[in-house]
Amino acid sequence: MSTKVTPPAIHFRAAVALAGRFPALAGVDLNVAYGDVAVFLGANGAGKTSLLRACAGLLPVTSGDAVILGCDVVADPLEIRRRVGLLGHAAHLYDELNPVENVRFVLRAARSDIARADPALQRLGIVGRLRKTQVGRLSAGQRRRVVIAGLLARSPELWLLDEPHAGLDASTRELLGVLIEEAASSGATVLLSSHEPELAVPLADRVITLAGGRVVGETTGGRKRVRSLTERSRADVA
Amino acid sequence: MWRDTILVAGKDLRIEIRSRVGIWQILPFALLTLVLFAFALGPDASTLRSFAPGLFWLAVLFSAVLTTQRSFAIESDEGTRDGMRLLGIDPAGIFLGKALAIAVQLAILQVLLWAGITVLFGVRTHTAWIAITASLLATVGLACAGVIYGALSAGLRVRETLLPLLVLPVLAPVLIAGSKAWSTALSGAGSGGTQWLRILAAFAAVYLVVGVVLYGPLQEAA
Repeated sequence: MSTKVTPPAIHFRAAVALAGRFPALAGVDLNVAYGDVAVFLGANGAGKTSLLRACAGLLPVTSGDAVILGCDVVADPLEIRRRVGLLGHAAHLYDELNPVENVRFVLRAARSDIARADPALQRLGIVGRLRKTQVGRLSAGQRRRVVIAGLLARSPELWLLDEPHAGLDASTRELLGVLIEEAASSGATVLLSSHEPELAVPLADRVITLAGGRVVGETTGGRKRVRSLTERSRADVA
Repeated sequence: MWRDTILVAGKDLRIEIRSRVGIWQILPFALLTLVLFAFALGPDASTLRSFAPGLFWLAVLFSAVLTTQRSFAIESDEGTRDGMRLLGIDPAGIFLGKALAIAVQLAILQVLLWAGITVLFGVRTHTAWIAITASLLATVGLACAGVIYGALSAGLRVRETLLPLLVLPVLAPVLIAGSKAWSTALSGAGSGGTQWLRILAAFAAVYLVVGVVLYGPLQEAA
């Protein structure tokens, strides 16, 4: 009898990616399963952002294997980009358009239903006059919320969150945690980088440490511990 | 691809309408170019009339560079260029969409400049179909070439100064053929204009095909 092995959502083997002539990723070996939440920790320049950009097909992998959601990043970056959502340092918004127009543009481009824009914006607190205010006139935190609303409306298969807590107020940080949990529970894979482990580690199944463009360590995150405890208590009750 | 074309063109045009950069900066710049050249040439009406086609196309060329720069500036703000790539939009659709948005703006600009040279230089258009066809073909060529070179320079810090250097020499055939076609149209010698229209059509076709094929790799490399 053979058991069917599900391929991982993220598979890197000896992956090297160059930013100019500098090896931003210097031989990454990593597998992340579908539905997992993994957080990347590491000092500045460790390769966290580069790894997320490589997962989005934005940073070309020059050697080694890199397969995201079953697609090779070198052969089919366009297909990967259609299925991932990246919350980066930059807002990826058009200043002259309002939040509704920005999110609808994202949805139209992704061939998604534009009716999903309003509920997503509402959930992120972009309501009332904020909906129709040009994004260029919003605060940094509000702009960040618009980007998250776009991500939520698209509901990608792979969420790539680069320091997602930066610039957000306490209630939005809390909401972000809820959104990450909802996304993972619905089968999406979530990768996030953070300089704030106290916020990110409790959300994650796996805590992966990067240094010098490589994976150098891994521990279990808060989400996995909670899931294990829940499963054990269920088993005890049964 | 066509869906992405409409999406990108609609977005770019909406941004231009909101920002009003075209109305308040590029159009005044183009009109100012006409007026300053007129000052430089002196008050003689026949001299102004004979130079009018060349001045018109110089103003269009300079404005095309500004419009292209503007088109890529909106994608450079806060990394929106990465955002567009991340959405998985067909690169050919992005190319055609940006070219369409630039072409619409250039077409409007040419109508106003046409009115400008009519009023300022007192020219009359005898063979309107040649002037209109030349403008349409040149607009396609300028927009397509502009987007290709705009994409080439988009990722560079020196893009504002590099783009005119790259694109103006390339656009020389449009300046020459457009000026000659318009000279024919203004003088009423219709048959002589068709050879220049052929050059404009070839220029537009080459850059349209090159853009559709090469925009993806250019976008990735920039």
